[in-house]
Amino acid sequence: MTQVTDPRAGSATSSAGSRHWRSKSAYLGVLPFLLFSGLFLLYPTYNVILGAFKDNENNFSFFALGEAFNSDITRHAFKNSLVLSLWTALAGSVLGGLFAWALVTGKKKGFFYRFSIALSSVLAQFGGVMLTFAFLATFGFNGVVSTLAMKVMPSSFLADSAWLYGLNGLIVVYTFFQIPLMVLVFLPTIENLRPQWREASDSLGGNSREYWTKIGIPVLTPSFAGAALLLFVNSFSAYATAATLINLTSFLTPLQIATSLSSEVGGANPAEAKALSFFMIVLVTFVMALYALLRRRVTKWEANG
Amino acid sequence: MTFSKFTRGSVGAVLAVALTFPALSITAASGATNYGTVKNLAAAGGINKLIAACQKEGQLNVIALPHYWANYGDMIEGFKAAYGVKVDEANPEGSSQDEIDAANTNKGTSRSPDVYDIGIAIADKYAGTGTFAPYKVKLWKYLTGAAATSPTGEYTPDYTGTLTIGYDGSLGTITKLDDLLLPKFKGKIALNGDPMGSSTGLNGVFMINKALGGTFDDVSKAVAFFKKLKDLGNFINVNPTEATIASGQTPVVIDNGYVQAGVQKQMAAAGKSWKMFTPALVGSPYNMAISAWAPHPACGRLWLEYALGETGAKIFAIGGATPALWVWLVKTGRAPAEGIAAIGKSKVAATKASADQSSAAREYLKTAWPAAVGS
Repeated sequence: MTQVTDPRAGSATSSAGSRHWRSKSAYLGVLPFLLFSGLFLLYPTYNVILGAFKDNENNFSFFALGEAFNSDITRHAFKNSLVLSLWTALAGSVLGGLFAWALVTGKKKGFFYRFSIALSSVLAQFGGVMLTFAFLATFGFNGVVSTLAMKVMPSSFLADSAWLYGLNGLIVVYTFFQIPLMVLVFLPTIENLRPQWREASDSLGGNSREYWTKIGIPVLTPSFAGAALLLFVNSFSAYATAATLINLTSFLTPLQIATSLSSEVGGANPAEAKALSFFMIVLVTFVMALYALLRRRVTKWEANG
Repeated sequence: MTFSKFTRGSVGAVLAVALTFPALSITAASGATNYGTVKNLAAAGGINKLIAACQKEGQLNVIALPHYWANYGDMIEGFKAAYGVKVDEANPEGSSQDEIDAANTNKGTSRSPDVYDIGIAIADKYAGTGTFAPYKVKLWKYLTGAAATSPTGEYTPDYTGTLTIGYDGSLGTITKLDDLLLPKFKGKIALNGDPMGSSTGLNGVFMINKALGGTFDDVSKAVAFFKKLKDLGNFINVNPTEATIASGQTPVVIDNGYVQAGVQKQMAAAGKSWKMFTPALVGSPYNMAISAWAPHPACGRLWLEYALGETGAKIFAIGGATPALWVWLVKTGRAPAEGIAAIGKSKVAATKASADQSSAAREYLKTAWPAAVGS
């Protein structure tokens, strides 16, 4: 296969001469990051995992883990967290994927493209109190849309805001930051679909359907699934948005952890918090391992492209 | 891009606590008096000596004092103006447990909190563990309940409020608890905090329970009432904030009276009516304590003298909280007119749950509450 140079592909071979030197200086540059993540991510994670196997008096014990595992409340919260993450990962990846695709087929680097990227970067970070408030003020019982709907179409779901204050509401609210995140993560992959592949398929007599089923979708699938997994984890670990919308500590695992840590009425139980966090870490590790496997496939074809 | 949300998440919450910062030791205030062990004003050499020592330290660290809460905004500004020292305010929205955790995490650094303002459950939990430095303010013997709650002065009751139901005046007037079941309150009633984690939330449950004829030992009546509210769609599981109240998203809030008094003022300033309905008197007392390892021990003690003294009592009273000094102030004719206007002369100590009753209720609510109002 002939090597076609595509300026957008960011080829790794363009400055092959300095490769050796570059790899070493790159390690040096990454040192602050390693230090930072070690201090603020790895060390605390280590602490949490270690703490999950201890009781509140710092003795080695399986009690907290066992109790958390066997509690109906904990299981219910974990199930809610899983359902929420699955739905928002699904909705976010499908809608975000379609939007990313629409952006690529539009005018490259045009106003709408740049505007959408900028907007996605902001909205992917839009969460917590502000996001909850925005939804309450719009779709809540006393919100703008619901008040209007009450007058115009009183029988529609928009007029009865009860859906917003539970799992369904959380799914909608979370999807609001999942879609832009998907756009940001998935866009580079779609952009890497080389027009030459389409041309090659066409010149060999393939039609549009064959191009998508034989080339497009197989090439995009690992990336798409990887991005969906990332969305899953993103939603699974989110806390602030849920904490402001749902005033019920046993609703999601992150909310339960927060109460175990800071209960004002004497219910603080750090061992339980660590046990719950441990179960979350186990799940996230599993998902991220899947993600890493998928990424490996993706980078393989990207490099060989 | 996912990183920040990831750290914002639950794991991050654990990490923040697990992480201890390298200790920066600070030198204790020099001079003849070690303010870290001073147990009363006389031992401190009188108020002027204490003021001078605090000014030398230059700063007071407070934690979990929201400005809208019991008029703490005015209290902090008043302290700054009176003594010319800086006040460092950490984590205003933190819980009582967060206060102690922050002190343990930052132990030995200049950032550790000097003073606490904590609920009875946490005060009781940490008393006798070397967490608090005992200190009796000048007017200690006039403070209602001080000798009964902590005879050694490890912690001192500072103010109490009564739970209330604050609501938008345009909804009419609530005259009895059952009014809340009316269709016009659909999607409008919120409780400030989950009863498992927040003392306000738990006290709110106690208030409803008492109004229904229940006791502090059995909150099942309140749970049944909240279930009814939830089934009707009147109760929403939203955590009310200043923003949701001001914008009308949570028009009925079960909350502390001394928070709702501030809301009423703000609403009045905006030309709106905000009323309160108190179906039963349930107290929500708070306590002050000084950290045993306060980086600014003189300022910590001065803060207690200020907040628990006459000036502080006046500030609390105007904010709708009943200061522990109120009975004495009224009796001696020193109660300020503005304070009397806000809380009245006789409203003192409403009945409150003991630490044991709180934890028993919490255990019960662990399963009963999600079953009643969860989804």
